Amino acid sequence: MPTKIEKDAISGHMTTGHEWDGLKELNQPLPKWWLYIFYATIVWSLGYFVLYPSVPWFNSYFHGTLGYSTRAAVDADVAAVTKQRAVHMDRIKALSYRDIRQDQQLMAVALTAGRIAFAENCQPCHGAGGGGNPGYPVLAADNWIWGGTLDDIQRTISFGVRSTHENTRLSVMPKFGADGILKPEEIRAVAAYVMTLYGAPAGGGDTSAGQALYAANCAVCHGDKAQGNRELGAPKLAARAHLYGDDLPAVTAQIANPRQGTMPAWNARLDAATIKALALYVHGLGGGEPDRP
Amino acid sequence: MLIRHETIEKNSILLLVLTLLTISVGGLVEVVPLFTIETTVEHVRGVRPYSPLESRGRDIYIREGCYTCHSQQVRALRDEVERYGHYSIAAESMYDHPFQWGSKRIGPDLARVGGKYSNDWHIAHMADPRSVVPESLMPRYAFLAANRLDTGDLTARLKAQKAVGVPYTDEQLAAAAADLRTQADPAADNTALLKRYPKAVTVPGGGPFVTELDALVAYLQVLGTMVDFADPANENLRQ
Repeated sequence: MPTKIEKDAISGHMTTGHEWDGLKELNQPLPKWWLYIFYATIVWSLGYFVLYPSVPWFNSYFHGTLGYSTRAAVDADVAAVTKQRAVHMDRIKALSYRDIRQDQQLMAVALTAGRIAFAENCQPCHGAGGGGNPGYPVLAADNWIWGGTLDDIQRTISFGVRSTHENTRLSVMPKFGADGILKPEEIRAVAAYVMTLYGAPAGGGDTSAGQALYAANCAVCHGDKAQGNRELGAPKLAARAHLYGDDLPAVTAQIANPRQGTMPAWNARLDAATIKALALYVHGLGGGEPDRP
Repeated sequence: MLIRHETIEKNSILLLVLTLLTISVGGLVEVVPLFTIETTVEHVRGVRPYSPLESRGRDIYIREGCYTCHSQQVRALRDEVERYGHYSIAAESMYDHPFQWGSKRIGPDLARVGGKYSNDWHIAHMADPRSVVPESLMPRYAFLAANRLDTGDLTARLKAQKAVGVPYTDEQLAAAAADLRTQADPAADNTALLKRYPKAVTVPGGGPFVTELDALVAYLQVLGTMVDFADPANENLRQ
C-alpha cells in the first residue's frame, strides 16, 4: 500500500512510496548520464526516419529525403571500380592478343585478372594451376582436345563444351557397346590395341584384330595414328592423358558407353575482357600453343 | 503520477481497455505494412514454382541442413556482386517456403550456383567434395546417390505448397509424377516438362530408381537461373 516517500536512514536513498508487509523499496533511478543518452538516441532515430527509407507509404514506401537506396549504392560501387579497372580492361578487350603481349604492364594485369577469375570459376573442375581432375582436362600440358591457341581457348571458355549455348563445342562419340555397334570381345580387343598406343600394353598378345577394328571404327575421328582430331573434338589417344582412366576396365568402359563431360558457356557470366584475360592465363599455364599463321 | 496509475490498476475494466489499446498499436504497426505486400514485392519475369524433382531436391537440401553452411542470398555489396553475380531480389525466393537467405557462409553462397558447374561435377562433389576441391571441408554426401527418392507423397507436398501461395496449376499437379521421372531421364522427351517448368535441367539419373542425389542436383542447377537480368523488362527493378 502507498506510504509517504521518505529518506531511508541507512542507505540515504529515497523510498518509492510503496510498502508491502513492512518492506519498503528504495528508489534507485538509472544514472542521469545514461538516461539522457538514451533519450538522445530516440531523438536521433527520428532523424533517420526522415532521412532514410523507413516506413511503408500507401502503394510504395517512404524513400527518405536523402533518396538513399542500397541498390543504387552497390551499382555506384561497382560502376566506380569498373571505371577504375577500365583503364586496362578496355584495352584488353579492344587489343589483339599479339598487342596485349607486347605491352608488359597490360600483360601483367591480364594475368592477374585471369588468375583471380580462374580461382573462382575454373579451379573447382580443372584444379589449381590447371592440374586437372578425373573427368576434367589438364590445362597445364600440351595435350588439347579442342586446341591450345589463344583463340581456341577463348572460344572454349566463351561457349563451353556440350553446353546449352548454340555455338558450343560439340562432339559425340558413339556408344559402341550400349548401341550394339561392337561386340564385347571386339571392344576388349580395341581397348587392348588402344592401350599399346600409349605404351601400356594390356598383358601383351596379338593386337592385330584390335588394330583392324580401330582402323574401321575409331580412326575416322581419332586419326589413323591416334593423333586425335581437334576439329571434331576427338582426343589424342597416343598420349597418356586420359580423362577417365587408362587401365583396361576404364578404356573398355569408355568405348562401350562413353562418358561425355560438359563445360558451361561462360560468356553470360563473365565479360569479354575477363574471358580474354582467362585465355591468356590458361595459355600461360604450360601448354599454350602459338597462334596459327 | 503513481496515484493516477493506481486508478488504472484498481479498475480492471479500465486496465483491460487500455491494455487492448496498447497492444493494438503494436499489432497494427506490424500488420498494416503486409497489406501492401502485393506492391512492395517487385514482380520479375521468369520466376516459377519449382519442378517436382527440384522441389523434392529442396526438401533434401533442408533435411541435410545445407543451410547451416550455405546461404542463398547475394547481398547488395560490391564484393559479393563481383564474385557471385547480380544481387538477390525478393521475388527470386517468393515461392520458397521457407526462404534460404542468410549470411552464415562456411561454404560459398549458392544463390547463383545453377549452371555454374556440370551435373557430373555436382555428383562427384557430393560423393567426395575433396576429389574436386582439395581444400574443401564439406562432409561427404555419398549416401544420397544410394537413397531412393521417396515420391509417395509428392502431390500432397506440392498441394501443401499451393496452400501457402505457390501457384501450381492443376495441370502441373496432375503431371507431377511424370515430370519428376522425365527430369531424371536424359533419354525422355522433356518438351512438356520445359513448357511447364522453363529452364529445368535434366539430370543424368540412370539408376534403377530416381535417387535423392538426382533431386538435389536438379535443385542446385536451377538456383539463380530463373530470372534473366539481361532482359530489359527486368532492368528497372524498383526499390
